[in-house]
Amino acid sequence: MSAARTLFQKVWERHEVVPQTADTPAVLFIDLHLIHEVTTPQAFTVLRERGLKVRRPDLTIGTMDHSTPTRTEQVFGGKPISIASAANQVRQLELNCTEFGVELMNLQSDKRGIVHVIGPELGATQPGKTIVCGDSHTSTHGAFGALAFGIGTTEVGHVLATQCLLQTRAKTLAINVTGRLRPGVTAKDLVLAIIGRIGVGGGTGHVIEFRGEGIRALNMDERMTVCNMSIEAGARAGMVAPDAVTFEYLKGRPRAPQGAAWDAAVADWNTLVSDPGAVFDREVTLDASTVEPMITWGTHPGMVAAVTGSVPATSTDPVFERALTYMGFTAGQKLAGSPVNVVFIGSCTNSRLTDLRAAAGVLKGHRIAAGVQMLVVPGSQQIKKLAEAEGLDRIFIDAGAEWRESGCSMCLGMNGDTVEKGQYSLSTSNRNFEGRQGVGARTLLASPLTAAASAVRGVITDPRELLQD
Amino acid sequence: MEPIQSITSRTVVLPRTDIDTDQIIPARFLRTTSREGLGKQLFADWRYLADGSPNPDFELNRPEAQGCKVLVGGRNFGCGSSREHAPWALLDHGILAVISSEFADIFRSNALKNGLVPVIVDDATLQWLLANPGVEVTIDLATSTLRLPGGKSVTFPIEPFARFCLMQGVDQLGYLLLKDAEITAYEKQRA
Ligand code: SF4
Repeated sequence: MSAARTLFQKVWERHEVVPQTADTPAVLFIDLHLIHEVTTPQAFTVLRERGLKVRRPDLTIGTMDHSTPTRTEQVFGGKPISIASAANQVRQLELNCTEFGVELMNLQSDKRGIVHVIGPELGATQPGKTIVCGDSHTSTHGAFGALAFGIGTTEVGHVLATQCLLQTRAKTLAINVTGRLRPGVTAKDLVLAIIGRIGVGGGTGHVIEFRGEGIRALNMDERMTVCNMSIEAGARAGMVAPDAVTFEYLKGRPRAPQGAAWDAAVADWNTLVSDPGAVFDREVTLDASTVEPMITWGTHPGMVAAVTGSVPATSTDPVFERALTYMGFTAGQKLAGSPVNVVFIGSCTNSRLTDLRAAAGVLKGHRIAAGVQMLVVPGSQQIKKLAEAEGLDRIFIDAGAEWRESGCSMCLGMNGDTVEKGQYSLSTSNRNFEGRQGVGARTLLASPLTAAASAVRGVITDPRELLQD
Repeated sequence: MEPIQSITSRTVVLPRTDIDTDQIIPARFLRTTSREGLGKQLFADWRYLADGSPNPDFELNRPEAQGCKVLVGGRNFGCGSSREHAPWALLDHGILAVISSEFADIFRSNALKNGLVPVIVDDATLQWLLANPGVEVTIDLATSTLRLPGGKSVTFPIEPFARFCLMQGVDQLGYLLLKDAEITAYEKQRA
């Protein structure tokens, strides 16, 4: 008789090459290793120094996204990549992948995109897999019921050389989401509300399983948005048990199982749920129907309030005053109506087709406010193509926004797309840390709907005001 | 990795919570393909003024902070990005251990793999250390003990394997490579 197990336990136990003991961590097998240009060069150097090969190139996929330009002329020729060190990193990844026989979606590939966007899009991200990448937002892939987490460069080297990692088993945290989101409220608002509730360190040492009606009602893009930001609560990973929505998304994708193998896979994936009675180390419950459109006002994602609300009048957070000074806000200040200089729609949190459709839906027939700069950056070249086929690019361009090639872009200030000192950037990305989007940049995190509505008005705006028009 | 038995040093204190890895080393410095020389860029946006000169108010720039090998930071140290450049930059600057009441998981894992010792203490001890910058402390790995002035000491949690690796200077890749037979057997059984 076996005890009731959580989804996390089931996936973990399938991948134990050597189980954990009191004195040693488990040796855990990795099914999919995603690599990109920023966190791998030093790992390949170690392989070279020690005369090692990549053990499983067939389980390794490379892309370039973080330091790559988003301007068409720098991606598809005509002009070189303007930042020499970025060009060098891109070239180094090409050399490493060629030398070690790893598949790479290079700069001009139509399969290239943000690492956490292309894994699912290719169908390489699947339920029950262990997935790692030298990037903390690897948690995104947990939306499929995979155990997916970010690792450092030394560990990238471990996986390249052995396809395994030394890991100690995390604790489990169930986040039960009851009720459904109301119109104008998105998965981004839900996850911001969750982080506001449990705090930026609230998930440390834990793998979160997002459960309940409020999660089941989400499509895959939305589930990815939620799992993506698990790391912003400090969690090792976020997971959602696979269901018909997951299978529907994966069916027919190039790297998904086909034919009889598909049926066998679905039968297996259907077992990847937490058993009734499975015990989590902690549980938190939240009602989705009470969530409002949310926006951050401070310098970490836990500093968050309803768009219709205010900066708190007081806080027990020791960095409250410092955050307000950095953001140029005062305690108790109302958020709606506060000016916005830059609007960024993109990043592995909110750059998928449904995100772009949502933003375009708000922008259609509007122009962005005078003085606002708006950048729309699709998560992958595939998404770019699909969006253009629907005419979304025209809506963005006609509204006065820039439409770019895929990449991390303004999510982090390292590829040339940056926010100037002191400017307010309403961003659909995931981190509002000091300087994240550029030295002195002031980031306000929100949903694509809120971003688009605020672009139109030039001030922080509740998107429901425009959706009613 | 050099074996580490103990570290004795005065502390330099950063009295802030949730110090994320974007502060430890900003993203624009990650366009490197090497792990060397990142110490200059440690805490760059806090440490330097707009003209590139050192910010005299920043804790690490004060004269008494020079030569300190132990950094004390507020709760949830190292949150955010998985960049291993963060421990590389701290080590390159001469920091050998960080004391906090809580570390973000990926930062802690990265630190341990590079011989940067993360020391987890209870909140009262952390508050005392934050309030008393510059005291001399000793981190003793054999006993997992942090010794404080006045004969006080506290033990800190560290997994036996991680401690063994630090004390022996064991490189974990070497350990994993020795599991080749088990890995091959696993691959066969799954194929
Ligand atoms: S979009 Fe932002 S968060 Fe996502 S992988 Fe790129 S840099 Fe990281």
